[in-house]
Amino acid sequence: MAEEVVLMKGNEAIAHAAIRIGVDGYFGYPITPQSEVLETLAEQKPWETTGMVVLQAESEVAAINMVYGGAGTGKMVMTSSSSPGVSLKQEGISYIAGAELPCLIVNVMRGGPGLGTIQPSQADYFQTTKGGGHGDYRVIALAPASVQEMADFVKLGFDLAFKYRNPAMILADGVIGQMMEKVVLPEPKPRRTDEEIIEQCPWASTGCKGRKPNVITSLELDPAVMEQRNIHLQNKYAEIEANERRYEEIECEDAEYMIVAFGSCARIAQKAMEHAREEGIKVGLFRPITLWPFPAPEIAKRAKQVKGILVVELNSGQMIEDVKLAVECNIPVHHFGRLGGIVPDPDEVVDALKEKLIK
Amino acid sequence: MTKEEIMKPENLVYQKPRLLNDNPMHYCPGCSHGVVHKLIAEVIDEMGMSEKAVGVSPVGCAVFMYNYLDIDCQEAAHGRAPALATAIKRLWPDRLVFTYQGDGDLACIGTAETIHALNRGENITIIFINNAIYGMTGGQMAPTTLLGMKTATCPYGRIPEIHGYPLKMTEIAATLEGTCYVTRQSVHTVAAIRKAKKAIRKAFENSMQGKGSNLVEIVSTCNSGWKMSPEKANKWMEENMFPFYQLGDLKDTTL
Repeated sequence: MAEEVVLMKGNEAIAHAAIRIGVDGYFGYPITPQSEVLETLAEQKPWETTGMVVLQAESEVAAINMVYGGAGTGKMVMTSSSSPGVSLKQEGISYIAGAELPCLIVNVMRGGPGLGTIQPSQADYFQTTKGGGHGDYRVIALAPASVQEMADFVKLGFDLAFKYRNPAMILADGVIGQMMEKVVLPEPKPRRTDEEIIEQCPWASTGCKGRKPNVITSLELDPAVMEQRNIHLQNKYAEIEANERRYEEIECEDAEYMIVAFGSCARIAQKAMEHAREEGIKVGLFRPITLWPFPAPEIAKRAKQVKGILVVELNSGQMIEDVKLAVECNIPVHHFGRLGGIVPDPDEVVDALKEKLIK
Repeated sequence: MTKEEIMKPENLVYQKPRLLNDNPMHYCPGCSHGVVHKLIAEVIDEMGMSEKAVGVSPVGCAVFMYNYLDIDCQEAAHGRAPALATAIKRLWPDRLVFTYQGDGDLACIGTAETIHALNRGENITIIFINNAIYGMTGGQMAPTTLLGMKTATCPYGRIPEIHGYPLKMTEIAATLEGTCYVTRQSVHTVAAIRKAKKAIRKAFENSMQGKGSNLVEIVSTCNSGWKMSPEKANKWMEENMFPFYQLGDLKDTTL
């Protein structure tokens, strides 16, 4: 049977993909520009079909703690929000990371700080990749650049989250959440049975039938034991950094200059790259797909080939710090960004490329 | 009669609950937590639910509840236990799900989670230990601290002009459509302990029968925080706490 192509928003694709891959529970709270996730789920009524629980919580704080509770029982649970709401979720994300539970969080970023704006932004890069909440922890961060990737990364996010028992985040922005594109949704599959979950997640707090009681906790008062827990986490993070870097390179083979951009900015940068190449400037595009783990070795490799890098972001310069660390000052690295919900024109990117790198 | 004869099963009138393990409790001598833990262990076992129970204990003295009860447990952030319990119960409807929260947790930082879980009619039980003080952090003012009562953060006594008034969360819970059983108990005498156990059993059964949310407040002592001997703390509770936090059922839609 031919693949069914449908037209929908990025936020709607998240909801449909979640139902189709057999997610057990979604807990959310409305906030622009991601409310279509909860709205689409409410409209689809998956509790009547797959048995998926959908609940509008009293706050983002409650929603992430519902995710914490559900994740502690081995179920596939998720939440979505936008920047101010994701700030509220940080305490819960820290607990989930500390208790080593799998879950998916979607952040459809908007401009800040504070209440900011409802327009798109990528200003939560630091919050996502450098911690966000308290403590030494990491969140696997996937940056979709299309509606197709919004749909695909729901499964990828859960796969990685369960593989490493760690929270995963889809870090999208208002452009990707709101724009409509063609998308092929994942094949529907049933949710796991309770018996399968108990078998696959022997650590989960499902009721201690036939085994010793399980405890889901991040608490440990003995500093020697707590240090070992932290070392265990760091070893896990090193494994994720070694195995799970994802990126896309477009026309980098002959590139003399390279743009590094993620999410919606990578789409704009790709058009800018085409315009620059029409003018004879050999530019390539490097798109990190995982923001953590960051594809630093791959950027470092390209840095031996290109004369300079322009990092394009919808912020004042956040990912550029990781790019600079990757290239270790071997070549110039400059930044171009628009702030507060402004999305740049591809020609602005070309102008910035000429002005900052080529001169 | 020899010791061996007395210890025959048919002569057994009391034993340590099976689900209460041998870990030494960190609770202060005289504290109510140990008694309430024991009641929960007894009720779960008597209901035959030990393999289907999930308890949630948030920040507070009882955050280590999982060290003493031999059932599956989750530790929660301060105030958030009802949110965890909501998800656990909705995702596993045949499990017995309860939270065990103190007054600071339930009536202060977790007010929103508590009221909304109760108002949604989640089929869970909230055990609410109200000792009018923050125990774990060393005796600071709680939302339920009585007027005039001295704590580390109201050392001259709680004054409404500065600190506001003590909050009666259980009375609020009784007004919510989602609650089916709201009661206030204590565990300072044998008779009170028996009544409290019946209340916990009723609440747990309601939650398994899908009747709605249950709140069991236990007016408790914190003799360390109150800086009193256990005996004096019990007397002080009777004289000062009970007039404001009156014992008895506030709501029961199952009758």
